Amino acid sequence: MKRLTAALTAGLMAASMVSADPVDDTLVLNGETTIVTRIKAPEAVADVFDEVISGWHFREEETRAMQADDFDNPGMIFAELGEDLWNTVEGSEDKSCASCHESPDNMAEVRPGYPKWNEDAGEVRTLEMQINDCRENRMGAEKWKYTGGDMVNMTALLASVSRGRPVNVAIDGPAQSTWEAGKELYYTRFGQLELSCANCHEENNGRMIRADHLSQGQINGFPVYRLKNAKLNAVHDRFKGCIRDTRAETFEAGSPEFIALELYVASRGNGLDVEGPAVRN
Amino acid sequence: MERKFLMILTLAASTGAAFATEIPPSDVIFTDGAVEASLTGVAGDPENGRLIVGDKGVGNCVACHEISDLADVPFQGTVGPMLDGTGARWSEAELRGIVSNAKMMFDESMMPSFYRVDGFTRPGNEYTGEAADDSFAPLLDAQKVEDVVAYLTTLKE
Ligand code: HEC
Ligand code: HEC
Repeated sequence: MKRLTAALTAGLMAASMVSADPVDDTLVLNGETTIVTRIKAPEAVADVFDEVISGWHFREEETRAMQADDFDNPGMIFAELGEDLWNTVEGSEDKSCASCHESPDNMAEVRPGYPKWNEDAGEVRTLEMQINDCRENRMGAEKWKYTGGDMVNMTALLASVSRGRPVNVAIDGPAQSTWEAGKELYYTRFGQLELSCANCHEENNGRMIRADHLSQGQINGFPVYRLKNAKLNAVHDRFKGCIRDTRAETFEAGSPEFIALELYVASRGNGLDVEGPAVRN
Repeated sequence: MERKFLMILTLAASTGAAFATEIPPSDVIFTDGAVEASLTGVAGDPENGRLIVGDKGVGNCVACHEISDLADVPFQGTVGPMLDGTGARWSEAELRGIVSNAKMMFDESMMPSFYRVDGFTRPGNEYTGEAADDSFAPLLDAQKVEDVVAYLTTLKE
């Protein structure tokens, strides 16, 4: 007999879920800046969520506290290394980032809008791609490895100056087809375990998968410092890890697939404040 | 003629006599999500099934399910329903179907198919992130499925 035990199953699951809901708490940075960590769902996910919630709410108290204070947040050490790079003259043009942009504070509007359509290049670009474009074409310097140490430190710096500003990526116009491609990937059940991003982060956030408390898989906190590997982790490396865990062949960091996926996932968090470098376990 | 005979000989030698009646993943017959016939003809061992269900490196069922009988295994997940009493809710054949390929019983189930080898999107080589190679095998072999089913039938309350 093929039985659909939906009612039974739902009842059992509701009973075991209670303790795992996201924590009710407010992220106040350094005792002064309140960060928007939950907000009414943006257009892209209005049909599936009432509210979008930062991964911060799904972490333990100590982890949350660590992110609330720049002196305790290990990710800020890497943002400072990023600031050294910002001022380092490199390449044939004898320039640093600072030669063109002056203070990193001038970049506060940048992180929230990426990935973004670039009219001249005719493509959607991630922040990493834009950074490498500046290095190659304005500095005459070598590109950085997509998720290498220098690149992650630079993205940590650029996220840090945008903290408290809402993610706001455009998904219409010329970016739309890339966004659609990302959405398709988000709902594809990859690997031998046949799990999609949505299976874990849309349908089961708040529940436990083994020792892990599933969040909505938002990317407003990237790059994130993970206590597990004690380093800053780039968003494409997180995508890679999640796909690998479905026993699938992953995509490469910087691949067209991950660029599209990043745009789509970012749009699911439109309205949440940038909070990178965040702290996670 | 001669070559064919040789091939059969080598096959028998490499797989061993115990597998003579094993049903390969693609030949399993589902009836309304259930599988009547044992996959091996050898009775499952519930003790071993209990270990497989709780072991992260083997069945890892506790990644998604809580089971009071396995209270000694820490960090049980809550993605699927609790398995207490599952042996009272389902027959042996139904449990064999659910473990082999839960999607035959529950449409679009999130539960992975433990005894299936085809129809995947970008299957990988275990957890390496690399593409699958010739070593690709079902998540559990036929006897392990039987062991797990034997264990589940003991979960009466
Ligand atoms: C098998 C379950 C599973 C699947 C499938 C999965 N993830 Fe995850 N993901 C996790 C777990 C567990 C964590 C760590 C806890 C958390 O933040 O949810 C995580 C974390 C994340 C994070 C970090 C969130 C933060 O605040 O630091 C992002 C982003 C993410 N996943 C995106 C994705 C995307 C995109 C996909 C699909 C390509 C995906 N995940 C597929 C289990 C999964
Ligand atoms: C990635 C998550 C996941 C894993 C891993 C998993 N399951 Fe499930 N299982 C589910 C879900 C979800 C259901 C509920 C059926 C549905 O609606 O899809 C389920 C249902 C079941 C049921 C029916 C429960 C009942 O009593 O109604 C049994 C039995 C079961 N699973 C056994 C197992 C066994 C044994 C393993 C390991 C060999 C396992 N599951 C691994 C997610 C999982």
